[in-house]
Amino acid sequence: MLENGMQTFSFAPMAAELFVLVMSCVVMLVDLFVPGPNRRNSFWMAQATLLGALLITINLSSLPNALVYGAHFMHDGLGTVLKVGLYIVTAIALLYARAYIAERQFMRGEYYLLSLLAMLGAMVLITAYSLLTIYLGLELMSLSLYAMVAMQRDSKQAPEAAMKYFVMGALASGFLLFGMSLLYGVTGHITIPHLSMLPSDEGALMLYRFALVFIIAGIAFKLGAVPFHMWIPDIYHGAPTSVTAFLGSAPKIAAFAMIMRLLTEAMPEVKADWTVMLAALAVASLVIGNIGAIAQSNLKRLLAYSAIAHMGYFLIGIASGTSEGYAASMFYILVYALMTLGGFGMILFLARAGFESDNLSDLKGLWQRSPWYALLMMLIMMSMAGIPPFIGFWPKLQVFMAAVNAGQVWLALTGAVFSLIGCYYYLKVVKVMFFDQAEDKSPITASTAMRVAISANGLAMLVLGLFPSTILAYCLKAFGG
Amino acid sequence: MTTLPLLSLLVWTPIIGALLVLFGAGERNNGSTAKWLALITSLITLALCVPLYTGFDLTTPNMQFGELSPWFSISGLTINYALGVDGFSMPLILLTSFITVIVVIAGWEVIETKVSQYMAAFLVMTGLMNGVFAALDAMLFYVFWEAMLVPMFLIIGIWGGPNRVYATIKFFLYTFFGSVFMLIALIYMAIQAGSFSILDLHKLPMTLDVQHWIFAAFLIAFAVKVPMFPVHTWLPDAHVEAPTGGSVVLAAIMLKMGTYGFVRFNLPIAPDASLAWADVMIALSLIAVVYIGFVALVQKDMKKLVAYSSIAHMGFVTLGFFVAFALLATDHDMQAALGVQGALVQMVSHGFISGAMFLCIGVLYDRVHSRQIGDYGGVANTMPKFAALMMLFTMANAGLPGTSGFVGEFMVILAAFSANFWYAILAATTLIVGAAYSLWMYKRVVFGEVANSHVAELEDINRREQFMLVVLALAVLALGLYPKMLTELMEPTVQHLLQVSLQSKLPGA
Repeated sequence: MLENGMQTFSFAPMAAELFVLVMSCVVMLVDLFVPGPNRRNSFWMAQATLLGALLITINLSSLPNALVYGAHFMHDGLGTVLKVGLYIVTAIALLYARAYIAERQFMRGEYYLLSLLAMLGAMVLITAYSLLTIYLGLELMSLSLYAMVAMQRDSKQAPEAAMKYFVMGALASGFLLFGMSLLYGVTGHITIPHLSMLPSDEGALMLYRFALVFIIAGIAFKLGAVPFHMWIPDIYHGAPTSVTAFLGSAPKIAAFAMIMRLLTEAMPEVKADWTVMLAALAVASLVIGNIGAIAQSNLKRLLAYSAIAHMGYFLIGIASGTSEGYAASMFYILVYALMTLGGFGMILFLARAGFESDNLSDLKGLWQRSPWYALLMMLIMMSMAGIPPFIGFWPKLQVFMAAVNAGQVWLALTGAVFSLIGCYYYLKVVKVMFFDQAEDKSPITASTAMRVAISANGLAMLVLGLFPSTILAYCLKAFGG
Repeated sequence: MTTLPLLSLLVWTPIIGALLVLFGAGERNNGSTAKWLALITSLITLALCVPLYTGFDLTTPNMQFGELSPWFSISGLTINYALGVDGFSMPLILLTSFITVIVVIAGWEVIETKVSQYMAAFLVMTGLMNGVFAALDAMLFYVFWEAMLVPMFLIIGIWGGPNRVYATIKFFLYTFFGSVFMLIALIYMAIQAGSFSILDLHKLPMTLDVQHWIFAAFLIAFAVKVPMFPVHTWLPDAHVEAPTGGSVVLAAIMLKMGTYGFVRFNLPIAPDASLAWADVMIALSLIAVVYIGFVALVQKDMKKLVAYSSIAHMGFVTLGFFVAFALLATDHDMQAALGVQGALVQMVSHGFISGAMFLCIGVLYDRVHSRQIGDYGGVANTMPKFAALMMLFTMANAGLPGTSGFVGEFMVILAAFSANFWYAILAATTLIVGAAYSLWMYKRVVFGEVANSHVAELEDINRREQFMLVVLALAVLALGLYPKMLTELMEPTVQHLLQVSLQSKLPGA
């Protein structure tokens, strides 16, 4: 297969990545010379890039699965679906960010450039099929995100958050890299298919398992699963909300691909080990995430803890160790990205110059100020809580089904019980919006595009919930189900 | 037989109506457009029940008016949009559609803020409740079951009393707590049976151990909803804080979902476990009947009193179901049928009576803005028509022969007699305790001298209030005098249930 790839060399499988790379340079130049009023040109160029990448990826989806470029790069259905999800998430995040970054004086061309580069890193991560390319993608994504968090220079919190994020992220990368180097040392290979062979002698096997532990620690750091979750609340809170929205959604999609490549495809022989570890991480995340969220009075922190809890559900699917479970987790992560964008999007929507609207009390009486947007936020919260018929319920159901099918009824039961606790704080948000008296009666100022986008995002919770197969079918297809 | 998808219409008409009310009418004309639109929608829904009633085949226990189309597949299992009714669910759909009309009328002049949203919430809820009763796919059932919580959460929280936030969150979390276990049980069984269809789950053989777990999971879900002792504490809070319409829907329909769940899931799916649990269930039911009856006696708040009396009355329903199991074990098939039928009659009858009681309290509350019994006295002097109607409902609540309240209780007590003398004695105390709390409250509120200036200024009920109370009074009397119109609907289904429940589902049995 490798040799074939060399003979008929083609740029086609990585056309989308190349396109995004070229376009991000173009965006940089455009921004330098003709940014337009309020950086309109840069914004639309970035959106056009995403649209172009989307078209390319969809066009390429008909190509058969192939391992190309010296087995560093995998073109498969999984990658296609995840990348499409990534484009959509990035496009929404950029749209939401527009007014916010302009009002806070960090509307610079770099914002678009870094967003595109972070997305490029995520794309590389999704298609990467060797330890090198995985690490390359991960670092490109992470470094761009560190810079994005730090972009709001005149804020007190943002640089601090960026610093924390950078230190923690570097530590996580270190873990991952150490695991990878051990793996390379034991197997002598860096490409995924070659890593799956278990070494025969006892000592090497020990090291192989050791590598697994470090890789899982690295992944858990990136995902924010307990006990590697400490950075999540601080970074989510400290980063500018527009960055948090992006940070909380797109990298998670990429992290899913990383888990698939590194665990299920690279180390299937030690599945029994990693399923147990992931199950333990899942339970710990459910407990800490859901209980931690109850005490939060800041909405961004609340959503941060809810992110930790969601990673718990997400990991239940992978911990089942079946392709059904992987498909469930994939469904979960895509839906989660959409929900979390909606949640942060609503904070962005309500924020205005000099007012962050990120405290729970800022939502007081939203229902009286604007019933429609209160309703949308309720749809998003109910969806996160996993109340049917909203979309958030279906991936939970599928994850639980995968767990029960794999004989892990206890895991499903734990997840279900903690969704009850989770329900409480989502209800608290709804309560604040609907049942409390408004203190702030100022009308909502937001652009039409923003109104349409947030409405579509909120309504998607209900509409996709009624027709979940629109996403689900692709997830099942990606795993040949 | 018509080819109209009647059940789908019953589910979606109110929901579409709600969207029209919300986005079409809004708060125009001070909300009166919304009110009329809501009334028309609820009347159309009620009208749709006519062909459902006339087209219903009384001779078969099978599901009727079936609709089936695949919704989507998840993990290799297809979730179907499957609807159908039998003798258990059909009367409850009639009840739901009927109560909705009453609720819309009840909110007519009372709700002053955000009328369109109030009406829309109730209409959405009606559609979802009809969906719960009509769903034949376990996951579809679960979707309706959970979705229903959202509008009720808002209704209590927005239009409720002073302590509404506490009450509504408690209501939501209690119910959600129950249903997460049900969800896992449904997933487990669906994977075993390879299907989410409720009827397929009925046929699934299971070992006794598994049945115990399944039974327990469903028990938590449904016991919270009924509510059974000791998980009943959310109900008095929710009732007291809910607006009148919310209390009516809660008491008249939502509580029935718990008992409906027992006949739809627990009994046919886990018959062996049901038999094993029968004594526990009977004990819990009797505690509800007797103990909660006494608790009702000491209440100072009228709504709380009726709420506790609801718990006691619902205790009769669960008593009827599980006495039947005890009877089946001793070959008293006739009496077993009586128990189940009595329970079902009690469900519908309690829907009318409790709804009417809450409306009566609402009528008083709208005028005086107090629910405390102590704030009233001598209401009969200023509101004679109201006093007469409330008298009827109070009597029905106490189980007076001739009213619907008597029929169900009497049947259940008869069945209990064949099972165990002491069951019947304890159950029959409700006739005394029930009379005591109902009539005592009535006496303190309605009879006597005019207690204070508020009562002296009371105006008697207007035409709107007369209409809704008279309609309910007719229903209570009709069911009391001619219960056959209800029992004949249920007869084949009851027989079928008992047959199914007799067959052990243990593998190899």
